[in-house]
Amino acid sequence: MEDAIIQVRNLHKRFGEITALDSISFDIAPGTITGLLGGNGAGKTTTISLLLGLLLPSSGEIRVMGRDILRERYLALPRMNFSSPYVDLPYRLTVAENLRIYALLYGLSSTRARIEQLGEELDFSHLLKRRYGQLSAGQKTRVALAKALLNEPELLLMDEPTASLDPDMADYVRRYLTAYQQRSGAAILLASHNMTEVERMCGDVIILRAGKVVDRGTPAGLIGRYGRKNMEEVFIHIARGADGGDDAGRVA
Amino acid sequence: MNTAAVVFSPRRVAAMVLRYLYLMRSSWPRVIEMIYWPTVQVILWGFISKFFATNSWWVAQAAGVLLSAVLLWDIMYRSQLGVSLMFFEEMYSRNLGHLFVSPLRVYELVAALLTMSFLRTLISFVGASLLAIPLYSFSIYDLGFPLLIFFFNLIVTGWAVGLMVASLVMRYGLGAESLAWVAIFAISPLTGIYYPVSVLPEWLQYVSNSIPSTHVFEGMRAVMIDHTFRFDLLSNALLLNAVYMAVGILLFVQAFQAARRNGLLLQIGE
Repeated sequence: MEDAIIQVRNLHKRFGEITALDSISFDIAPGTITGLLGGNGAGKTTTISLLLGLLLPSSGEIRVMGRDILRERYLALPRMNFSSPYVDLPYRLTVAENLRIYALLYGLSSTRARIEQLGEELDFSHLLKRRYGQLSAGQKTRVALAKALLNEPELLLMDEPTASLDPDMADYVRRYLTAYQQRSGAAILLASHNMTEVERMCGDVIILRAGKVVDRGTPAGLIGRYGRKNMEEVFIHIARGADGGDDAGRVA
Repeated sequence: MNTAAVVFSPRRVAAMVLRYLYLMRSSWPRVIEMIYWPTVQVILWGFISKFFATNSWWVAQAAGVLLSAVLLWDIMYRSQLGVSLMFFEEMYSRNLGHLFVSPLRVYELVAALLTMSFLRTLISFVGASLLAIPLYSFSIYDLGFPLLIFFFNLIVTGWAVGLMVASLVMRYGLGAESLAWVAIFAISPLTGIYYPVSVLPEWLQYVSNSIPSTHVFEGMRAVMIDHTFRFDLLSNALLLNAVYMAVGILLFVQAFQAARRNGLLLQIGE
């Protein structure tokens, strides 16, 4: 795919004797929401970390927005962002202070206006002066999402964006992300265990197992191909190895 | 041009400095701690100094040598702590993953850590040194211009040791955190803070002379006792500091690269 926003080629990552990713290759088209599915230890977080340049590959190539992420990471980073419930913001700083620092790091010219705008859109204006550590899980998620959207990224990488949220808040976040993608034309890659989320949000799904890409397609296409009722059944089928792993790496 | 893509951005450094100022402001124990220890040191050593002034001909010749030594030593200690502790804050708050997916570069973080260390050290030093004036009628500012030279060199040595400690903690996790408190004390017997290097056994003097701060403390005694400013000691200190800083920065960057290889940036925390 020539105009891909993400191009991954033969990406391999080892941690000592353990192979976390085994020569995976895939492209992500601009303006799409792609789900990265897999069980625990399948390689989802490793893939996202490699795409962000937080992790160095053992071998292989990653291009994000046409930039080689190993050599030109700093040209791509201002145009992308990331959110994960497993990476925190400083607890003792207020919400406004945290967001202001990141707004400055991303080179925003009118930090206050952008923070106020996101506060209104994500309904946390009343929390701006409260310390981040005093927020509930749902409030933290909204603030972390605001941090991830400060620079209006063309590419948003999300690691389990609705983990630990109640169904109402999870639904709110999904709707917001979908609306942001439609409004901005950004690409979103989200790693998730939540199959309902993937079915609802993603037009494209990449399935990882044991560090390999074992399948890819639209949710409807995958459900049909495996003869299942929903993505959860597809996921269980693949995670339990019923597929035999023969399809590993067939997606490029 | 996208400002986020520039090679070195003072704005991003300022953002990180602001982040540490917010942190300090949010915790009064941190502010108290900056002033508490140097104050205790000044009080303790001030009275020891007073005692020696009437009982030791050597110290009596240069009143305030011990007080100057303790104040200057504290510059180095605060400077090292300033770098190490500010970096640990990022690890405590599990924030490194967010920071390093922003356009922040590793040497911009280093610049912010050094800036904060300078500000913290300045606050500590000014507080303690002003306290010595009414308590002991001693002003370290009487040293004049050499004080600036000493301050600069000691703060740079502290920066270098602080970066080395931060590198070890980035590499081996917060289990190595205690190094921040003990690292600089390990060199304190060797660097001639309260006594001349000539007191040490000859073989240990080689080790002592390889530490930048040794030349600062020798220089301080030269100014206070012999009333001479030793340019040879200054050039030794500057040269050694350049080497120490280069090693400190190199180790920090290497530890960062190792963390990227091992996937620690998303995992580092308490």
